[in-house]
Amino acid sequence: MSSKTVKQLDRVVIRFAGDSGDGMQLTGDRFTSETATLGNDLSTLPNFPAEIRAPQGTLPGVSSFQLHFADHDVMTPGDAPDVLVAMNPAALKANLRDLPRGAVVIVDTDEFTKRNLAKVGYDSNPLEDGSLDSWHLHDVPLTSITVEALSEFTGLTRKEKERAKNMFALGLLSWLYNRPTDGTEAFLERKFGAKPEILAANLAALRAGWNYGETTEGFAVSYEVAPAAMPKGTYRNVTGNTALAYGMVAAAHRAGLPLVLGSYPITPASDILHTLSGLKRFGVTTIQAEDEIAGVGIALGASFGGAIGLTTTSGPGLALKAETIGLAVSLELPLVVVDVQRGGPSTGLPTKTEQSDLLQAMFGRNGESPVAVLAPRSPVDCFATAVEAVRIATTYRTPVIVLSDGYLANGSEPWQVPTTGELPDLTVEFATAPNATDEKGNPVFHAFQRDEATLARPWAVPGTPGLEHRIGGIEKADVTGNISYDPDNHDRMVRLRAAKIAGIADTIAPLAVDDPSGQAEVLVLGWGSTYGPIAAAVRAVRNTGARVATAHLRHLNPFPANTGEVLRSYRRVIVPEMNTGQLAMLLRARFLVDVRSHTAVRGLPFTTVELADVLVRALEDLS
Amino acid sequence: MNVIDLGMPTSGIASVPHLPQDAPAQTKRDFTSDQEVRWCPGCGDYIILAAVQSFLPELGLRKENIVFVSGIGCSSRFPYYLDTYGMHSIHGRAPAIATGLAASREDLSVWVVTGDGDALSIGGNHLIHALRRNVNLTILLFNNRIYGLTKGQYSPTSEEGKITKSSPLGSVDHPFNPVSLALGAEGTFVARTMDSDRKHLIEILRAAAAHRGTALVEIYQNCPIFNDGAFDLIKDREQQEARLVHLEPGQPVRVGAEDDRQTLVRDDTGDLVWVPEARARPDRVVIHDPYADDPAQAFALSRIEGPSLTHVPMGIFRSVEHTTYDDGVRAQVRAAQDAAGGPATDADLDALLLGRDTWTVG
Repeated sequence: MSSKTVKQLDRVVIRFAGDSGDGMQLTGDRFTSETATLGNDLSTLPNFPAEIRAPQGTLPGVSSFQLHFADHDVMTPGDAPDVLVAMNPAALKANLRDLPRGAVVIVDTDEFTKRNLAKVGYDSNPLEDGSLDSWHLHDVPLTSITVEALSEFTGLTRKEKERAKNMFALGLLSWLYNRPTDGTEAFLERKFGAKPEILAANLAALRAGWNYGETTEGFAVSYEVAPAAMPKGTYRNVTGNTALAYGMVAAAHRAGLPLVLGSYPITPASDILHTLSGLKRFGVTTIQAEDEIAGVGIALGASFGGAIGLTTTSGPGLALKAETIGLAVSLELPLVVVDVQRGGPSTGLPTKTEQSDLLQAMFGRNGESPVAVLAPRSPVDCFATAVEAVRIATTYRTPVIVLSDGYLANGSEPWQVPTTGELPDLTVEFATAPNATDEKGNPVFHAFQRDEATLARPWAVPGTPGLEHRIGGIEKADVTGNISYDPDNHDRMVRLRAAKIAGIADTIAPLAVDDPSGQAEVLVLGWGSTYGPIAAAVRAVRNTGARVATAHLRHLNPFPANTGEVLRSYRRVIVPEMNTGQLAMLLRARFLVDVRSHTAVRGLPFTTVELADVLVRALEDLS
Repeated sequence: MNVIDLGMPTSGIASVPHLPQDAPAQTKRDFTSDQEVRWCPGCGDYIILAAVQSFLPELGLRKENIVFVSGIGCSSRFPYYLDTYGMHSIHGRAPAIATGLAASREDLSVWVVTGDGDALSIGGNHLIHALRRNVNLTILLFNNRIYGLTKGQYSPTSEEGKITKSSPLGSVDHPFNPVSLALGAEGTFVARTMDSDRKHLIEILRAAAAHRGTALVEIYQNCPIFNDGAFDLIKDREQQEARLVHLEPGQPVRVGAEDDRQTLVRDDTGDLVWVPEARARPDRVVIHDPYADDPAQAFALSRIEGPSLTHVPMGIFRSVEHTTYDDGVRAQVRAAQDAAGGPATDADLDALLLGRDTWTVG
């Protein structure tokens, strides 16, 4: 244990920033894992460039990882860091504007060379010219101490030694915030088990960082953040993409069906493909398709065969899949389409977050082609949303589009892990026998004879004797499913398909409103990943004594049955979105309620301060 | 690299349930659906449909385990007329959809019906990737060298200079040779036949169905409305003998009537050239070998087709055994399950969800 003073804090926001090649995402991940193990609540925000390696030391090459942890429940990754770890001048310059005065800055002084300073337009060295006087600066020659600490590793080159500096930084921060490092040590052993010298060097760098904190006068105080009071249970830390992949596996397991993923690599959805491709043991088949269209075609083909067909993508891929999703609407087969949204239009901001595919998900197909649309609210909620997507897809034989986003995909938080037994039973009933008779009284199978309650058609998979039938994208006659160009039949089928989707609302929970006083006049309504920032802003405003109600939509099509009623019960409804008002447009059109949009498309989640300010102004407006 | 020894079946239908030995034999009627066939009178598709319906009973498969998937176009209406499972999908995508179905259902015999526009234009990407992966599919590519359903535009197999509604001054597009394309895309079974030669068509279907992997069968098919007579030169009894090259395994490649027979030989530069049979040096004669792993000679044979159907090879260009994609995919899943002691249980899922780093509260 440290002999130095230990101070208690209730919350801390740390941002690790460096060059894309500096290993900042890994450092952040490990620090997060240590923090989770300690029992803090937390939320993370990785932020990295689209380029794999932008030119070294430049502003476009800066990659960062922000972590907010506390002794109470955490809603967001934090507006502004309390601590910035900057591995080079570019990282300092790119992040300093987010740093409140008085915050701690830890820099690697070795990287502040004339050349590196010039690369990012520093005329003089900010470590020396007094421009950082308002911050609490720790200048640490991180690179040279790491190399020095590894001097006995004669088999390693200087470059290889330098590469361990992220572990030195992690060791130092772990000391500073009293984080246990055994999880990281175990992680390194798994990662570098086959390379003993690299493993030993990383472990040595980690320890050197810790010891540096403990022995150097520069760090007089270390900090503790007590565990948060969280519901009893077993926890792990999880990102949205992992939770989503696991949710699909769990749902397929509960349905007793194989999961088949057809997917084309695309940021920020590829991690779902990576995760699922390692889970063959769970009967998961992953097919890396030749393109986005093949990805969804493969999933649909598998659904026709009786599997849970899944395709994963981001906005540009969803556009390419549109025609096949329309086919699935017409065939009335289950299909789960995951869109991990990113900044658009076109290639847009591939590694940044946005919620701008809502209208594409709702309407981005030819003809009247309604599908169910869901959105998870947090990284952890990606699990339950995936399970719900499978429930709807298999029950109603329909495509379901899940709108995650880059922030949820890569962000992480503690997850109270459910057991399999706690998950819903998703057993599917396939058609096994003829369901009608022809004029002569012979048994026949009508592929579009609907279930009275759900309006779903039978799911009869190839291999079932006596149910041979043909389906296709041409309009089908109600009941028999034969080709039909009859005008009245088409009108009826369009309305039946719409009624089937609308009927999903019968099986979803009403929109729950959180309004502790019961007297709020302002409702904030969100969807998807804005949940955290909205909850944090509402909490901040309520702490001032103001009354604000909040509600959050997971089901975007259909909306919960009471949505209109909820909207109409408030004098003012604020809808914050990371687009230019897509949900607001749907709500206005559907419910004729004059909701007010607050929108931003900066590729980053809302800050608590920004949303709190919106709420305060709305309250003032009404008073 | 991890290579799993598949010990896989070598027939395309080995893993598909067959009818019991004592079951009554199926007939063409068993495969005829109750839907009215709606192609134009005289369309080559009728002949192909009748041939397929009368061939399918020969396979002895349970018909519920046969699936026909098609795209869009005249030929893609095919599944509606067969009393098997079927999907009439969207333009060009049938190979992708069939890949998902075949990979997840070992017990199905999956067929794709497509046309020159569907397979080679809008769906070109899916076709070449199905061939490269060697998915266990039988693809019937009806080539009429025209867009029929959209009423007569040139297709990717229309000859240069073709005058159509969308090319009033003649098409400037250079056409694909579907056999060359399939061989270039690593096709393991590539054959060509013709709607009007029912016996040959069925022979090729038989070989294609038996092939494990992607079997591509190009079927020359006449469109009587928009491209009538496209293949008359090789259908006309008087002319066909001088033009049709029947590819027979182990046999010299020859064309023409007995008194005017030409033999294909390799010249000094390695090119394939026709010489009168009597002048062919035995050591230079090209012997057709569809089982050769190297596709070079098969490709060269696909290129002897001169302009205007001068010499048209018919038959099986290539038939080799390679690992199939769907067998490989299934083997990996099975190996993972076997290594873990069988299909996943609830406890296995619990362990997955928990992962390695957990902590307990309370």
